[in-house]
Amino acid sequence: MMHGTEGHFRIIDGKKKSRNYKTFKDGKKKPKDHGARKNGKKKPRNYGALKDGKKKPKSHGARKRWKGFLWILPSFLGVLVFYLLPYADVVRRSFLGAVDNRFVGLKNYQEIFQNTAFLLAVENTVKFTAACMPVLILMALVCAVALYQSKYGGIIKSAFLMPMALPAVSVALAWRLLFHSQGLVNYWLENLGITGKDWMNTPSAFWILVISYIWKNLGYDIMLWMAGLAGISENIYEAARVDGAGEWKCFWHITLPSLKPSLYTITVLSFLNSFKVFREAYLVAGDYPYESIYMMQHLFNNWFRNFSFDKMAAAAVAESVILLGLILLLQKAWDSGVE
Amino acid sequence: MEEKGFLGKEARGKRAPIGKVFLWGILTALAVLVLYPVFFLVSGSFMGKDELRDYLGAVVLGSQGYADFPLLPVYPTLCHYIEIFLDSPEFFVMFWNSVKITFGVLAGQLVVGTMAAWGFAKYEFPWKKGFFLVYMILMLLPFQVLMLSDYLVLDRLALTDHLLGIILPGIFSTFPVFIIYRFFREIPDSLIESARLDGAREWQLFWYLAMPIGSSGIIAAMVLEFLEYWSLIEQPLTFLKEKRLFPLSIFLPDITSANQSGMAFAASVVTFLPALLVFLGGQDYLEQGIMAGAVKE
Repeated sequence: MMHGTEGHFRIIDGKKKSRNYKTFKDGKKKPKDHGARKNGKKKPRNYGALKDGKKKPKSHGARKRWKGFLWILPSFLGVLVFYLLPYADVVRRSFLGAVDNRFVGLKNYQEIFQNTAFLLAVENTVKFTAACMPVLILMALVCAVALYQSKYGGIIKSAFLMPMALPAVSVALAWRLLFHSQGLVNYWLENLGITGKDWMNTPSAFWILVISYIWKNLGYDIMLWMAGLAGISENIYEAARVDGAGEWKCFWHITLPSLKPSLYTITVLSFLNSFKVFREAYLVAGDYPYESIYMMQHLFNNWFRNFSFDKMAAAAVAESVILLGLILLLQKAWDSGVE
Repeated sequence: MEEKGFLGKEARGKRAPIGKVFLWGILTALAVLVLYPVFFLVSGSFMGKDELRDYLGAVVLGSQGYADFPLLPVYPTLCHYIEIFLDSPEFFVMFWNSVKITFGVLAGQLVVGTMAAWGFAKYEFPWKKGFFLVYMILMLLPFQVLMLSDYLVLDRLALTDHLLGIILPGIFSTFPVFIIYRFFREIPDSLIESARLDGAREWQLFWYLAMPIGSSGIIAAMVLEFLEYWSLIEQPLTFLKEKRLFPLSIFLPDITSANQSGMAFAASVVTFLPALLVFLGGQDYLEQGIMAGAVKE
């Protein structure tokens, strides 16, 4: 808690500093200000200086104001052409009919929310996220705390990071041989006296996907937690230990609260990475997998093949709005948690 | 208070806690389990056709019983690699396509992304925050959301079924901008100011200050992006129709015959190899890159 408050103050401090800096830039006026204060005009004067600071570049022409933007320009032109303008077109199309391009209002949106495939994909995505995110984030936290600053942690950390480098096609080959109804996993289970199943064609396909996701992202999340751990100063631990706090107490009262800010980024990044499990799902099971692993990307691909651009547009807009809302909501929850 | 030994370093010198041994046992087992698929593929790629038929017959040929797989090949052979490199020109084409896509995207990002990151990190201009927010949102959206818009623009530019249709949108991906930005922010303003006072021009600041000091950030972004584009699936799957344009990352060999399964193993390993080299060579940068995304502004 305490550390969190500190962080918040730091942010406010930063803002103040930059503002002070701006007024300071107009330093020439400072003596004048001084005189003005004697006249009892301190407040408006200061205000004026701030405003001046903003107006000043304008007098030098818009060119100077936008000079820094030149660095962004090549990138931004590309972003504009390849992402922003076509996205605007998608928003427009989401209100048009598929065949005659006539304005149909919200009909496309109504349609997708009644579409069983869409609802299935949404349901699977929500279920999938709910099933794997808490497990992944917790597992990564335990591993990160255990591996952080330990002597032999490096090798194990490398092992956890390795799946990031393994291309999905290679993963898919291993998965197909491991989780086949006569595959290796069932062979091992048989030896243990358990009857296996056809993993990819039963509801268990969902859990295979959860495992692949955790397998692929564990190292990534461990690193994210470690970044959070690296931000905690040793002094706090020293002080706590001097006061006689045990390790468990240190973990509970210092480590966990200090990691709270990291939780937001880790949640958001893990959530967005969860959309990438489509790769394994697709490569193992194709365009129409078992229905419990029918994800959003499958649906978009199938719509794309049928040229159902109207539905694609509406679904893309709906999904981006929901994702944006979730990200902002999480951010807000995080910000209020700091205070 | 009971000592659980959760904070590796701090437990030094205390009695060897059972909890800690237990935890490390689990971690090691987990690491071995995580690495198993990698080991499995490499081991399989060195097995001869007969050996593979024996072990995997149940899966690939549909014979009775279960697949069985030893840890190491009994009669190791390089025949599948030789077959891939000498007898299958289409594999070479795919490999080459992957190289073109990955290096095309990385080269573009290196120029465009680094410049944008520098602009965001050290310059002021109107609506900077708004621009940055747009970049951030674009970075976070999954492919499916941008899929149709991507298609619309590629269709307009007649770039569908063209490698440039994959490369160009990749160049303007906003993710590397964000990563490199975090590293450029670390460069102290005082350094830049003093260089300016010494008469350095703006491009010189970029070339002689930003590039060398921020190099670890640039490499980190490149390592992350290499891994991403080397195993790119969604984009080539959607936009490329012609087989001769396919990259390795969407090449899924047929494993329903024993002859093919050996090739499949070797192909998987060859696909994995460049990514593995980049991973091993750039692991420090990779870690830094991941960590750069972790701390909120």
